[in-house]
Amino acid sequence: MRYLPLSETNRRDMLGAIGAASVDELFRDLPKAALAQARFNLPDTASEMEVERALGVMAAKNLNCGAAPAFLGAGNYRHHTPAAMDYIIQRGEFLTAYTPYQPEISQGTLQAIFEFQTQVALITGMEVANASMYDGATACAEAVAMAARVTKRNAALVSGGVHPHYRDVTATTMKFLDVAVDCLAPDPTGIEDLIGRVTSEHACVVVQTPGFFGHLKDHSALAEACHKAGALLVVCVTEPVALGLITPPGRIGADIVVGEGQSLAGPMSFGGPGVGLFATRERFLRQMPGRLCGETTDEDGRRGWVLTLSTREQHIRREKATSNICTNSGLIALAFTTHMTLLGEAGFTRLAQLNHAMAVTLAEKIEKLPGVRVLPSAFFNEFAAMLPKPAAGVVEALAKRGILGGVPASRFYPTYPELANLLLLTATETNTAADIETLVGALKEVLS
Amino acid sequence: MGQKRFTKDHEWIKVEGQSGTVGITQFAQGQLGDIVFVEVPTAGKVVKAGGEAAVVESVKAASEVYSPVSGTVKEGNAALPLAPETVNSDPEGAGWFFKIEIADAKELDGLMDQAAYDKFVAELSA
Amino acid sequence: MTMPTTASGHRGLQLEQGLIFEQDTPGMTAVDLPQAPKVNERLGGLKNTQPIGLPGLSEPDVVRHYTRLSQKNYSIDSGFYPLGSCTMKHNPRLNEKMARLPGFADIHPFQPVSTVQGALELIDTCATWLKELTGMAAVAMSPAAGAHGELCGLMCIRSAHEASGQGHRKTVLVPESAHGTNPATAALCGYAVEAIPANAEGRVDIAALKAHLRPEIAAVMITNPNTCGLFERDCIEIAKLIHDAGAYFYMDGANFNAIVGRLRIADLGVDAMHINLHKTFSTPHGGGGPGAGPTVLSAKLAPFAPVPMVVRAGERYDAEERAGYGAAKQSYGRMKGYQGQFGVFVRAVAYMMAMGIDGLKQASGDAVLNANYLLARLSAELTPAFEGPCMHEAVFDDRFLKGTGVTTLDIAKALIDEGYHPPTMYFPLVVHGALLLEPTETESKATLDQFIDSLLHLARKAKSGTAEAAFKAAPQLAPRRRLDETKAARKPILRWLPKSGDNGSANREAAE
Repeated sequence: MRYLPLSETNRRDMLGAIGAASVDELFRDLPKAALAQARFNLPDTASEMEVERALGVMAAKNLNCGAAPAFLGAGNYRHHTPAAMDYIIQRGEFLTAYTPYQPEISQGTLQAIFEFQTQVALITGMEVANASMYDGATACAEAVAMAARVTKRNAALVSGGVHPHYRDVTATTMKFLDVAVDCLAPDPTGIEDLIGRVTSEHACVVVQTPGFFGHLKDHSALAEACHKAGALLVVCVTEPVALGLITPPGRIGADIVVGEGQSLAGPMSFGGPGVGLFATRERFLRQMPGRLCGETTDEDGRRGWVLTLSTREQHIRREKATSNICTNSGLIALAFTTHMTLLGEAGFTRLAQLNHAMAVTLAEKIEKLPGVRVLPSAFFNEFAAMLPKPAAGVVEALAKRGILGGVPASRFYPTYPELANLLLLTATETNTAADIETLVGALKEVLS
Repeated sequence: MGQKRFTKDHEWIKVEGQSGTVGITQFAQGQLGDIVFVEVPTAGKVVKAGGEAAVVESVKAASEVYSPVSGTVKEGNAALPLAPETVNSDPEGAGWFFKIEIADAKELDGLMDQAAYDKFVAELSA
Repeated sequence: MTMPTTASGHRGLQLEQGLIFEQDTPGMTAVDLPQAPKVNERLGGLKNTQPIGLPGLSEPDVVRHYTRLSQKNYSIDSGFYPLGSCTMKHNPRLNEKMARLPGFADIHPFQPVSTVQGALELIDTCATWLKELTGMAAVAMSPAAGAHGELCGLMCIRSAHEASGQGHRKTVLVPESAHGTNPATAALCGYAVEAIPANAEGRVDIAALKAHLRPEIAAVMITNPNTCGLFERDCIEIAKLIHDAGAYFYMDGANFNAIVGRLRIADLGVDAMHINLHKTFSTPHGGGGPGAGPTVLSAKLAPFAPVPMVVRAGERYDAEERAGYGAAKQSYGRMKGYQGQFGVFVRAVAYMMAMGIDGLKQASGDAVLNANYLLARLSAELTPAFEGPCMHEAVFDDRFLKGTGVTTLDIAKALIDEGYHPPTMYFPLVVHGALLLEPTETESKATLDQFIDSLLHLARKAKSGTAEAAFKAAPQLAPRRRLDETKAARKPILRWLPKSGDNGSANREAAE
């Protein structure tokens, strides 16, 4: 087998040095009964060419977004990523290193994390950010758990404009910590009243910007109401490209900002792996989950980086840790950092403008179709549109025409008949004017 | 000059009338190494003897500081979180954690005096 | 020898590199994007009017920046990485190539199911391998890492207890030698944690386990092979004791690489176990993730598994994405967005297919052989913590350093100068001054021999009693010498800030 370097001669020599007659003898502690029962109905080794062929066939059964006009979002976004980004994350020194436990020989990973933490803090408008979480949804759950620790309260209010998976992961996680999570009904029109609902029982209120149905809302009054009630405001961002154009959540009073970095960190990859962003105020630092990289000096006085404030973490605090997280999303965080560095301020803001312009162009054409209404008055690159017929069927009909024409809200909320006709549409810089014409033309046919 | 008493968890309490000042011992700071963080209780917090009252952390370890006696915290050492290294340099002086109003002076009888504590530490190090 | 100083600060191939924020050319970008067409903006007054503060760099500068950073990292590709409990095996590049096929990389989680049949088939293929290799009834694919898989298993266990009127069981037993994630996970699942001691052999103390098993025990979490590098040979009896007490048996699968293809954990009586695809199945560690922690479940726990679940109806695949419906009727909910770590599944499947069952069995054999070879040869100078044979990890204590003034940490740092990544240190906690070595199966005998020579040399040097100062000064040849962790923790600097305007905390902007 090509991945195994020992020869038969090596094995014999090594067994000799050990003083064992066979490899099986080394496994003598394994229960005989279990060894005798072991049967595996699995194929034998395959060459590189055979594996490529088998997986190539599987991959070819999927309609990839490069082969069809695609207008999909709902928390996962298709953006162009520079070739240099993928090159850098495939460098073996990054790809095949472990968590930087030995800082003297991990300065590359550590410095990249420090740059990542700074970039995340800058775009969210927060003071400190961690080295990453698994994804946006788990980061959201961790934020609610953290708010419960900070405020010593055990209830949370979650907006109907938050991504349904974020809501589900948060509700599931908190159920086991006995924190009551009140997930408000889905809010496609963006009119729910959170200010009237927040009380001094709540650890936090969770909102999303831009919202799941596309709404851009000013949450500063909500932040004020939260703070008055002694609660924290948690803001989720599932499309961080928006932060190139809109006021960062930190400036409107967010206490914790969480998000999904995938849209800036490479392929959609069917939704995973992503990278969870997590930023907060410095005064909550000790309650923050996840790894943190900090600046220091070595014995010669040279600047360097180390993992720090580890006493919050599971390997030291065990059952009193702020989280059980260990492995996080290092490589995707590196992809995020690399892409952000390639973009810089000028590229990042231009990318955001381009996305917004494409979405406005799409919205202007869509809302001219008979019976179609764009719900959010303000949005970034995604919006919910009310159609004259059920959206799920429309999406299937578009797929038959080779178009990936949005995500029906009923996929998440099948029990809400009022959402049956709702379609989420996204346009990014990867869509061309011709794509938009194709979609609008096909929609016209399918809706008539 | 009040009397000083010690716990098996290496806290000390200096008693003056109805109140006491609490910290961790010279031995404890030596075991922890460089202290990087402390959290002291706020005034008004009610603590039980042996209950968690403060937190002390080095780079690789975190420990709770337990209150030697039951009572109400009168004051946390506000200077300490800003200069946690004081716990290393002067653990039984400027590195005190909190002052407490003692609820039941009888609890002090269960603690060690300096001689008994010195013996206790000598046995641990043996 | 003293290190020569240079005017540039560089040292040959060790090139110093400042932060990106210190290389800012305002307005510069490495990505050429077209000017956005003029439209009537619909931003509802939320348009940002202030600069963000991101630096501008050109493409050549960015590529050079990260290339130089990469050169300050140790990695499996560059050398031997015997970091115990992390399974740092070779990461085949075929895995990367497969994960980048557009049919896998460029698909969206909410495309119509009819357009992603191959993706669901891939997940199902990964699940089938894991179920066959473990003999378990079901597998939850969505956990994102090992600790997340532990959480999945305990959430299933708590749900099962609650469904059968056993909700009063609120305590989980965890051996002292366990990874920190075990007690942290139990706490996150709302459980109290009790530690059970190990016996002198480094295994679970059965008498102590019996004494702790009471009607309020919900589960016992046992790593097997354990963190002392040993197989819990009484595992079947332990499972029976746990089950007789009405509790569930969670096995931490961090060390699955030692037994894969040899026995099925279902035959040991296990109820749940996570599998770190980034350990046993060769997906890259990436400097700290992403991993994946699919969790295999017994028939009793399977109904409570989290969504999403891939379901197969004849030739067609579907996904149950909502708890409370269809196949997920009793599911406890969702713990991760979308379909789990799909890109990691692709890599793991590429590896499983390449290895085959014969290759996997050979791999666990070679992993155990390599570890025992280290154990046997290093015992010439080092002190093994337990009697062999070991499984895929060898653990030494620090008795061989007694009286030398040299510590386990010093040995580790000296190994850096020798060109090796140090083993795991001071873990497991039950071994004094532990050095935990996991060579994996992808290292040649020649590599092991060179490493053994280095480590034996260091042990002899330490014992000579004349080298303490040299050890304390190590490493001297790495990109950095020992770093001041106390300073980093006392006044944390967690982000870059411009030099001026900072008069308060190191991380807070003066503007706020």
